[in-house]
Amino acid sequence: MKQLVIDFQKCDAGRNCNHECELECAIKVFKVDDPAQAALQIKAYEDGGGHAVLCDQCGDCVVVCPSEALKRNKLGVVMINKTVCVGCYMCIGFCEKDAFMRNSDWITPHKCTSCGICVKVCPHGALAIVDVPEPAVRII
Amino acid sequence: MSQLVFDPSKVMTIDYTQRTEYLDGLEAIKAAHKVLKEITYTPSLPDKGYTNRTLYVNVGSLEIKEKPVTQQMKDVFIGGRGFGLYHLWNAVKPTTRWNDPENEIIISPGPVSGITQYAGTGKSLVVSLSPQTEIPIDSNVGGFYGPLLKFSGFDALELQGKSDKDIILFIDGVKGIIRIEEAPTDPVDSHVLAEILTHMYAENEADLPNISVVSTGAAAEHSLIGMLNFSFYDRRRKCVRFKQAGRGGIGSVFRNKRIRALVVRGPKVAGDLNHPADPETIAKTGIKYHKEIRENDGSQCMMRRNGTAHIVEIMDAYDLLPVHNFQYGSHPDTHKIDSSYWQQRCTQHTVDGCWYGCSMACAKGADGLVLRTGPYKGDMVTVDGPEYENAAGLGSNCGVFDPDYLLELNFYCDTYGICTITYGTLTAFVMECYQRGILDKQRTGGLEMTWGNAEADLEMMHQMARGEGFGKIAGMGVKRMKEYFIRNGYGDPQLINDIGMENKGLEYSQYMSKESLAQQGGYALTNKGPQHDEAWLIFMDMVNKQLPTFEDKAEALYYFPLFRTWFGLNGFCKLPWNDVVPANNSSQPEAHKVPEHVQNYVDLFTATTGIQITKEDLIVQSAKVYNFQRVFNIRMGKGLRLHDAAPYRSLGPVTKEEYESRAERYDKQIVDEMGLDPKGKGTEEKMALHREWRTGRFSQLMDAVYTRRGWTLDGVPTLERLKELGLDAFPEVVEVVKQHL
Ligand code: SF4
Ligand code: SF4
Ligand code: SF4
Ligand code: SF4
Repeated sequence: MKQLVIDFQKCDAGRNCNHECELECAIKVFKVDDPAQAALQIKAYEDGGGHAVLCDQCGDCVVVCPSEALKRNKLGVVMINKTVCVGCYMCIGFCEKDAFMRNSDWITPHKCTSCGICVKVCPHGALAIVDVPEPAVRII
Repeated sequence: MSQLVFDPSKVMTIDYTQRTEYLDGLEAIKAAHKVLKEITYTPSLPDKGYTNRTLYVNVGSLEIKEKPVTQQMKDVFIGGRGFGLYHLWNAVKPTTRWNDPENEIIISPGPVSGITQYAGTGKSLVVSLSPQTEIPIDSNVGGFYGPLLKFSGFDALELQGKSDKDIILFIDGVKGIIRIEEAPTDPVDSHVLAEILTHMYAENEADLPNISVVSTGAAAEHSLIGMLNFSFYDRRRKCVRFKQAGRGGIGSVFRNKRIRALVVRGPKVAGDLNHPADPETIAKTGIKYHKEIRENDGSQCMMRRNGTAHIVEIMDAYDLLPVHNFQYGSHPDTHKIDSSYWQQRCTQHTVDGCWYGCSMACAKGADGLVLRTGPYKGDMVTVDGPEYENAAGLGSNCGVFDPDYLLELNFYCDTYGICTITYGTLTAFVMECYQRGILDKQRTGGLEMTWGNAEADLEMMHQMARGEGFGKIAGMGVKRMKEYFIRNGYGDPQLINDIGMENKGLEYSQYMSKESLAQQGGYALTNKGPQHDEAWLIFMDMVNKQLPTFEDKAEALYYFPLFRTWFGLNGFCKLPWNDVVPANNSSQPEAHKVPEHVQNYVDLFTATTGIQITKEDLIVQSAKVYNFQRVFNIRMGKGLRLHDAAPYRSLGPVTKEEYESRAERYDKQIVDEMGLDPKGKGTEEKMALHREWRTGRFSQLMDAVYTRRGWTLDGVPTLERLKELGLDAFPEVVEVVKQHL
């Protein structure tokens, strides 16, 4: 399964970059010029270091979705089918990583597709797409 | 009590795809349908929760017409149960009985119903004159029919008249077609009928979730306790499942009108079909609540794992689980049917909400049950539930502790179209009558109705479905059975009346109220008879101990029936209100009201309708409808103090065994509450003291509650109260009340 990972040895949480990853994700993947809508969010801690809101494709949201709008694709990536989605936002509420995103202008939520577009623009090379085994389905 | 820990490794693996299918006869059944009437209309979606029109269908004359929703209807009645009562009032006269053609069945979802972002927002309310109580009954039910009806363009459906052949009403909310079809060869029982109709009216597989069917079954036809199944398509199991409008016999009215089924085909559901005024607030409130469930459900009620059955063991531990017709409050075999069992037996890795967005997901399903009796013997079926009421009513209250039999009873109640709660309570009554010699094998036509005899219990139900034998007598319900047994001289009338657990003609639901004064009032001082929709106070009173004083209890009997009525005006489920609470709830003022959730409801109403309300307005909205319903009861010849009387079993120990099983507690009450000395007194004498004290206390409670509700001591809303609520705008309402002041 394809998974986006971040290395905080390299990422300095936006102190020496312009959050290129977020902007590129928002523009290229979700076609909005607003980094707050990106599927990843890099936050700096005041005392140094940082934290990333990233989807690790754990699949919890697939389990809670009532309309089967969420499925893994061939690469193991959890993808949303917007025509089936009923906009209940249970996926958002049940994602422990807060990685399922919502844009107030859209009725369906959105998430990371492990496409790797952000990886290419990170000036510090802190992001990567890795291949890891799919986790077992959890009862939640 | 220690908190139950969920162990996923213990969940039984059951292959639900092995379920028996019933689609074989579909084509022939479809070919036999004959169109009796068809009209076209313009479908529309709601605006701020309302479509602003309702649909009237007369199944006798085949008249179909639209009616506008007036501003007054919205201001006074809001929707749901309010709209139902409003239409019913206009349809019937004081002399109308349940089986007259002018009686109606009204289904209305309410303005908030159909949003998908908050838990428990897909309910509809069903209202009719009840064959059991002969006054209005209302039932709050899940399934997709209500929301899909609204998304097809109607805030309510009124069904009036009586057909002379079996019919189906089909509403196609996509194409704009309403059709009444004769259905001469359709199967009778819900699990077969709804599966066939769902596939018959869906245009393709993707359309299956857009279909919902309302149906009942064979026993509804031959009894007064019929219920309605509201279907929803379970995408993961790929099967049709049900939620029930159970109480009060509306299924019997449905069959009396010879309606076989109602089918709606709605548009594909999306998150914005209800067109709320402020979707952002709804989204934020919904996500906040979903997170709360994720974080707290596992350590609070485990609704997602067990559904409502999670309280079986709590009720047992607190001596409140009804055992043997409400005689006792616990049983050594309870562990066989408690939630540690159900969470292994119910399928777990699936989504069990009865409408989209219900993160509480209590609508559990037990798959893979192979039936041992009846017309479907040998079939493998999915059972909806069991809910707490079924486990307690069909189980402990009748002494049935075999979970497979319990599931089978549950399954047949559902498919035969009878209320599980009612059936449980009436069977418990029959079994106690059998124990006490009021009934015997001869009087039951050979049924050995001993405690726990599930086979005899099932046979009685099959008889009810066939309209034969003792099953037919039982199907009249407890009230009419009592009258029948007394008339035939079967036993001591006082004993029969004391142990027959009904009030206003409706059977008690499954909580032992004997030790909870608040719940005694919660059951008997209700508009529609004893259920847990209006006032479920037993947990607050006995487990959480949040109502310590007499005044607290009386106040709770003012506030909670009104608060809970509001769910039914709007199409909410009441479970998400307090089956999970915010982590800091207990430190909040008035914790028992769950203030954060009350605010959520206020916000959801305002965000849907655009009408600004406060938590105080919410109570006023309910009070209008609640008092209207009370006056409606009076108009129909009930609704006075005498009709709020409770059977003694619900107030105190009827028999020596009951007293002695709790002698220590009861003796102590003689000292503490009555200031007397139990020493040297015989059990009979002590029982008499208790009876006097308990009935006196109940009567005092009535006085206090009526006064707080703004009613006379005879239970009649005063003219001042009606004026305060704006109900004086309805001269007919004022007229009814005037005759009783
Ligand atoms: S959005 Fe959240 S729940 Fe869904 S796969 Fe990603 S991390 Fe898991
Ligand atoms: S919002 Fe859509 S994708 Fe998310 S859980 Fe609900 S239906 Fe599924
Ligand atoms: S992998 Fe693609 S979708 Fe995910 S955060 Fe990066 S750019 Fe956005
Ligand atoms: S809590 Fe249960 S009954 Fe209520 S809406 Fe959710 S699934 Fe349905």
